[in-house]
Order: sequence, then structure tokens, then C-alpha cells
Amino acid sequence: MYQFRYHKPATLEEAVDCYQSAEDGIYLAGGQTLLPTMKQRLAAPSDVIDLSAIDRLTGIEVTSDEVRVGAFTRHDEVARHEGIRRRLPVLAFLAAQIGDGQVRNRGTIGGSVANSDPAADYPAAVIGLGATINTNARQIAADDYFQDLFETALEPGEIITRIDFPVPSRAAYRKFPNPASRYAVVGVLVADFDGRIRVGITGAGPCAFRGTALEVALQGNLNSAAIEGVEVPDVGFNNDLHASAEYRAHLVKVMARRAIADLVG
Amino acid sequence: MAEAIESGIGAPVRRKEDMRFITGEGRYTDDFSQRGQVYAAFLRSPYARARLDSVDASEALAMEGVLAVLTGQDMAADGFGDLPCGWTVKQKDGSDMVTAAHPPLAHSIVNYAGEPYGLVVASSVAVARRAAERVITEFTELDAVVNPALAMDSEDIHAGVVGNLCYDWELGDASATDAALAAAAHVTRLDLTNNRLIPNAMEPRAALGIYDPGTGEHTLYTTSQNPHLERLVLSAFVKVAPEHKLRVIAPDVGGGFGSKIFVYPEETAVIWAARKLRRPVKWTAERGESFLADAHGRDHVTHAQLGLDEQGRFVALKVQTTANLGAYLSLFGSSVPTYLYGTLLAGQYKTPNIHVEVHGVYTNTAPVDAYRGAGRPEATYVVERIVEIAARELGMDPVELRRRNMIQPADFPYQTPVALVYDTGDYEASLDKALQLIDYAGFPARRAAAAVAGKRRGIGLSCYIEACGLAPSKLAISLGAGVGLYESGEVRVNPTGSVTVFTGTHSHGQGHETTFAQVVAARLGVDIDDVELVHGDTGRVEFGLGTYGSRSLSVGGSAIVGALEKVIAKGRRIAAHMLETDVENIDFEEGQFRLRDSNRALSFGEVAFAAYVPADYPEDLEPGLSEKAFYDPENFTYPAGTHIAEVEVDVETGVVALVNLVAVDDFGILINPLIVHGQVHGGLAQGAGQALLEQAVYDEYGQLQTGSLMDYCIPRADDLPDFLVDTTVTPCTHNPLGAKGCGEAGAIGSPAAIMNALTDALGVNDISMPATSEKIWRALSG
Repeated sequence: MYQFRYHKPATLEEAVDCYQSAEDGIYLAGGQTLLPTMKQRLAAPSDVIDLSAIDRLTGIEVTSDEVRVGAFTRHDEVARHEGIRRRLPVLAFLAAQIGDGQVRNRGTIGGSVANSDPAADYPAAVIGLGATINTNARQIAADDYFQDLFETALEPGEIITRIDFPVPSRAAYRKFPNPASRYAVVGVLVADFDGRIRVGITGAGPCAFRGTALEVALQGNLNSAAIEGVEVPDVGFNNDLHASAEYRAHLVKVMARRAIADLVG
Repeated sequence: MAEAIESGIGAPVRRKEDMRFITGEGRYTDDFSQRGQVYAAFLRSPYARARLDSVDASEALAMEGVLAVLTGQDMAADGFGDLPCGWTVKQKDGSDMVTAAHPPLAHSIVNYAGEPYGLVVASSVAVARRAAERVITEFTELDAVVNPALAMDSEDIHAGVVGNLCYDWELGDASATDAALAAAAHVTRLDLTNNRLIPNAMEPRAALGIYDPGTGEHTLYTTSQNPHLERLVLSAFVKVAPEHKLRVIAPDVGGGFGSKIFVYPEETAVIWAARKLRRPVKWTAERGESFLADAHGRDHVTHAQLGLDEQGRFVALKVQTTANLGAYLSLFGSSVPTYLYGTLLAGQYKTPNIHVEVHGVYTNTAPVDAYRGAGRPEATYVVERIVEIAARELGMDPVELRRRNMIQPADFPYQTPVALVYDTGDYEASLDKALQLIDYAGFPARRAAAAVAGKRRGIGLSCYIEACGLAPSKLAISLGAGVGLYESGEVRVNPTGSVTVFTGTHSHGQGHETTFAQVVAARLGVDIDDVELVHGDTGRVEFGLGTYGSRSLSVGGSAIVGALEKVIAKGRRIAAHMLETDVENIDFEEGQFRLRDSNRALSFGEVAFAAYVPADYPEDLEPGLSEKAFYDPENFTYPAGTHIAEVEVDVETGVVALVNLVAVDDFGILINPLIVHGQVHGGLAQGAGQALLEQAVYDEYGQLQTGSLMDYCIPRADDLPDFLVDTTVTPCTHNPLGAKGCGEAGAIGSPAAIMNALTDALGVNDISMPATSEKIWRALSG
């Protein structure tokens, strides 16, 4: 790790000021990606701005049609939260699959969504549930948020404050973990909003995206047979040591089928 | 006394050392520090093969806290020798293998990504690493040779090594084997790869070099499985310091699996730098450095042919292997694919004709050397995979085919066609017990039930043998070993009757402090807590060859038994004097020196005290009670057994679940079954890792693609089933403990069992290790 200046602002405004006055600043949330990267000397920020003291980033609110999760909420808290488990169990289930116990105790939802790792789990929920990303400056719709490999709609210095998930009638997530890292080789979230179907896919491409062909096939026909004929082209899919694009495309369908089976039995 | 019996031979005593380890009180190399200590960071090649044109350290040297930048050129100028290979393999034509010079720090050419060519020494680790990045090195990149199968047809990477061929070696009768194959009723052919593995001990390698300018003594703390051998090599070959001025200490070591047998560039450079700078110098590897620069394991490409007669009896086995040795010969790298591999190709069977040839080749990858099992897993993999496939081709039950060919108890001692003489065994006893444990008869029902659930279930066996207890010195030296492979033991009885035991073996997870104490406590009748084991320090232990090849108990333990017998013999003389009788009338049992047929006795403690306070003492006897022994084994030991795996494949995804793994092993007499089972569990986990998860991958440029635990998959608890582990016993016939060794068997037997089970499930003959879900999915879809 290289030397850096450490800041722990108490407010969002202070954090943004800090970022803007830094030569090469970076926000620190749970640190589960940033800190290993810095330790390997692959990242060398001049200033690390720790967001953990900012009250506005914490808290979980569960209403009848929405679950609002503060950006600094740790994965483990989402996994165990009574209200989320009752109202939006798929989110608790997804959070419980992330990394391992240590990662879930430190990692945060805001950090994960801001980082947009192609193999992270939360992006599947953000896309699949059609969440709204709230920042210190604005609201961003899920469909506009993920742009490319580690690229999002966030402007430099913009901070995610909260993520609002609409509550579907039912939803399920299936993940095919990488045996080494336990990141998603492919993860598919299928949500049913009173017959309107959304499918969020992570792991397969450079960033999370909607499985629109699958959605169309499932509209008004939510069963695994409905997607049998759907082609999942592997164009642009990730192709690496752990899985070819072709295999990932195959897994998208298998995971989708299994998620649907979870929903319809 | 009850205590001693409960801790005696065969008792599952909990490990004495574990409280220290699990409460964080273990002391590893990195835990030792000295006043004035400074830190090293290594300069490593970013290229797999390149000419080293220039090193400009001026910017690094100008940084605050930087003491020195030392390079391979500096080391060569100081008269340091190359790192030697400790085993000279003779080629087919009788010539010696072709050795490429292996300087500890590269000075003109680099031959693998991560190879060190210099080091920065600085006041802190952070400064040293930052400074290392500011050293400006100019390289001319050269084409790398990465694929061992193509190495002989590629550009020569070392001057004088034609076709990158280190050796063309053979064992067995080629013409008899060819003739028998030609006449065979059936020939099974198989092409196999044995995947390259990266050891990943929990504790990374580390070294702390200290130089005392007053006495000229060098002290090296390092992560070694064999500190005396490290000292010998550093003195005799690398010329670091004379042996009597060099002390090597291997304190608590967190795992080795073979990778800490070898003498590496880093510890060599650290002790050199300490003397040069007159400051203690420490280096501790990061995990990424371990991946790049620890010796890797396995990496064979093999073609095998098994001939059978009409009755299914094996008539000939012919094996041709290309073994990747890496960029340089590591300390024992040459012996692993030859004498530890070819000699084991008889397996448990009476195959009358066997011929093996091995091409050992250099490539621009990290050196390859012994990794848990070392040659024997590769041999077992060839034999047990081809036997299984032969059974399938002939439509025979694989169990029956094995039984028909097994060496029977009446056949021992059994001379194999590949040099070894097996002393004892009962292979069908292990096979029968394993079949029973896994409920082999119930498998068809389990397979049918799995099919109903949409899964493919398969079962597979592996009946392995290994040669342990390295090794009879004369034999090893006649085959090219540069050292004898005996062991030393010393039993020092203290005046109050407690016992300090010294062994030249080294414990880095094997539980010697407990097992050896059990041996001593049982023989002397003292409490196990009154026995302390000292190991891992050339300044305290006379000599030793260390721990590898499952040799510690059978060779090191036997040396201790020799010393114990001398202690008891002397004790009987003292007791005879004190009891006013002749030594022939004194029996020693359960800690008592007893006058036969009487109730007169002296405790071991009383006799020990008399030896140090010799008031009533024989006139012709030296005081004191401390004895040493060396033990040189007559033969290898031959642990053997049967491992059976059962797997279930998810046909949609290709994910394989290892649902059952049974191991029944014959390790001879067990001292501590709890520790033995623990060793087997660890070995099975590594075997499962090799079969299903682990693979070192280099790209075409020789860059390591699996350089972290995010990409290199070592097995975790949830990848493994509850193992069913049991033993059978035929005592080793030629050592006093009857013990054979248990450290490697799990990793030797299990990969073939798992792959036989998997290919059974899939209905294919081969799928390469590691059998990842994608490979399985492709096998199923294709």
C-alpha cells in the first residue's frame, strides 16, 4: 500500500469538499474492493475519504411498496434484517450469498453498486427490481445506472446515499458462484410485479443488464417452459479463465430457469 | 501410570502443540525481530524470458530509508555459487542430466516471470517496496517457452541445453515391454495430463538473516522443512559461509507440502545482504510472490499403454512422460518425475513388464519440484486411470480386474520390474474394507435415485501404493542423490527424569511434538508432558535431513528409538549397580528398572538422578544419561490402500459434487490415529483440489494467470464431503516402529478415485484435471 491522506468527514457536504480538493481522492465505504486493490499497489489514491461517519448514509426503511436501504448498510445487515426478510426476501437472500462472512460484515450496498464489479451480486437486484439510486445530487433509474465495466452514471465525486427497491409480488435470485472467488460467474434475478416481469443479469457481461428477451417471453407466462426457445446470444459476454462466453450464456438460461422454478414451484 | 497408557502407542492423544498454535502463541519466522533490523524487497522479472540489459538504482538509492540496492551482478562478484540440484539423474545413454546454471539472483538473463534479480534493503517494508518500483531496469524481451509438450521443438532457453531437454531417462525393460504389448490380447491406451499445482502453504516463505561481525557467525531464520540441508547447501555449494559459522533456524513453520524443502534465492540473498550491510535483514513473501516464485508441483503430459491377456491379467505397461521442470532445476526437481515416479508404476499389481521413459524439459515457468506426494500421485494417476479404463473396455468389474492382478500377501517380499522391493502389504484387505465403508453393493440404487433427481452419479476406485521413508542412503546415492537420507535422534534425560528429545526431522503441521513424545513416553514409562521435542535448529540439533516423503516417523522416529535403547541399556547398568546385581538380571518395563523375580525396583527418575549425582555408581561408567543414534533405513516403506470416491453431476450446469470419499490406508503401526486421520484428511482435500479445482495457468507469454486465491481455487470445507477414513495394518518389516508414513497418501490416492468416479458418471474415458464445471458441461453436450 502506498501512503495516502485519510479523512473521515461527518457530512456529505464535507465529503464532497474533501473529494474536490484532493488531487486523486477516493471514497471508502466497506473497503472490500478498494483496500485489497490498494494493498496490492494497484490503486494509489492521494486521499481516502471514509464515509462511515455520515449518518445520512445509514438506515433501512420498509414500507408496503418499497424497501429503502441506506448506502452504508453492510451486506450482513441486509441479509438479517427482519423487515427486508419479510417484505423483500430476495434481497436478504442475495445479500447472504455475497463473498464470505468477513466480506458481508464489512462490505456495503452503496460500495458494491458504486463499484459496479461485473461479477457482483447487488447489481442483479438493482436491475431486476428496477431500483432507484439516490445520490447526494439526484435520483438515477436502475436502467440508466450501469454503463460498462466498472462504469456507472455517477459523476466524479457523486455519492450514493440510498437505494430504493420497489417490492414485487414475488422474486427469486439464482447465482452460479466462481468456485475460487465466490463472485457470480452468472447471477439472475427474476421479479414479477403483478405480471410485469423484470430480469436482472450479473456476471455475464461487462456490467449488469436486463434480460429483455427473457422478460418478453415470460410476460404473462411465468414458467420455465416459456424461455426454452429464447436465444441468449453470448456476444459481448465475459470470456475468461473461469468461464467462456458460451458457457456463461448457457448458465444465464439455467439460472433463469431455476429462479423461475423458485417462484412458481 | 494410567496417564502413560492413555498416551501410549496407538492412543489418539490431542496434539500438544495445538494450544500454542490456536491461541496465537506460535512463533514463525516473521515473528522474530532484531535490533537494527531492516527489510528486503525483491526485484522480480516482469517477463518470462528476457535479457537483463541494465539496472539503474539511482532514484531508489536517493530515497530516504534506502540502504542498498543489490543485484545478481553484485552477488556473482562476491563469489557466490549457483543453487545446486541435489539429485543427478543419469540419462538413457549413461550421461548425466544437463544442468542449467541457476544463480540465486539472475544477472544476465531472466527465465520466468517473478524470478528475482536483485533486492532493495530499506528501513521499512513500505519503503523497500516503493523503492523497488523506482529501480529502472531495462530488459530485452525474448520469446518464452511455456508449453512443456512443445518445449523440445522450441528455441533453446539455456545455452548448452539442446532442445530444452534436461534428461531423457528410462527405467525397465523396453524390448520385453514392447514385445509383451505386441502379443497382448488387448491394449488400453490413454493420454493424460497431470495438472500443474501451486502449493499455497498457509504461512508464506520468509527469512531473517543476522550476521555477527565479532564472531563471524551467520544466523538464518527461515521457513524450511530441513534446516540442516539448507545449511549444507548454503555452505558447500552457494558458499554463503562455512558450515560451522552458519546456523539455520526453522522455528514454527505454517505448512510446507514440499515447497519449503528447497533452498531458494530469497533466503540466500537475505543472509548475504545481512553480512554485507552488517544489519539484520528480513523478508516475508506476499501471497502474490508465493504464487510466482514458490516451486510448483506436478505438470506432466503422459501417454500410457496397458496390455492385458485373455484373462484380464496385466502383461505390460509402457509409459512415456514429458515432465515440466520449470526454468531451473529446483533442489530435488530432477528426482520427482524419475525415481519418485517411474519406480511406482507397478502399483499394487503383478505387471511383469514395465517400461517408462521421461523427458524432463526446461520451460520459462517457475521451477517445479516436490509437492505433497511428489511423483507418486502422478504414478498412481497413470496406473489407476488406465486400469479403470481397461476394465471398462473389457466390460469387466473394475474391482474384479484389480483383484485379479494384485500382489498377494504370500508374494512378499515382491520385486517389481521397476527397481523397488515391496516388503509387506495386504492390498485386498484395504480394498475390502473400503468397499464395505462406501457400501459399494448399494451404489446402483444410489445411482438410480440420483437419476430420478436428474443427476448423474458415478463411483471410482484408486488402489495406490507409494514409497516413503526416504531413503536407504546407499541406494539413493547410487541413483544420483547428493546426500544420504538417514536421520539422527538424541535423547537427553535431564537429572530430574524429564526428557528432551532432539530430531533432525522438522514439524510444520505434522504433530511431531506429540507423536514423538508418545514414542518416548511409552518406551521410558514417563509422562508425555515430561517429554519435550526439539527440532528445526542446527544450533541445537546435531544433524538431520528434515521432513518430506512421509519419512519423519519411520526414519526419524527409528533414530530416536535407537537412542532410547542406548539410554535404557545404560540405565540398566546403573540400576544393576544400585540393586547390587548383574545387568542381565535387570528388566526395564513401564518406567521401572526391576530385579527379575523380585519386588526390588528403581524408577526411571531415580536412575536418571543417579546418573547425574553419581554417588552410588559403577566405577567404569561415565556419568550422565544422554544418547544419540543415527538410523539409515534398509528399504523404503510402502504405504498402500484403497480410496473410493462417489460423485454426482448436475447435468445442466456441469457442477460436480464430491458426495463420498472413503480412504482405507495401511500405514503399518499407528502411533497416534488422531494425527494420522488428520494427515489423511488434509491429503484428501488436496487430492480433491487437484482433481476438481486447482490449476496453475500460464498464458502464451509465460505470465501466470492464476496468481491469487481469487483465481487459483484451493478447496474449502464446503467443497468436501465428510471423509470416511479407516486403516488396515501390516507392520513395516524393517524399522523398529513398524511404521510406514502417512503424510502424503491422501493426495496420492484420491485424484484417480475422483476422476474415475467422474468419468464413470459421464460415460467418458477421460476429462482433464481439474474437472471444472465448464469442461464437464462440454463433455456432456458434446
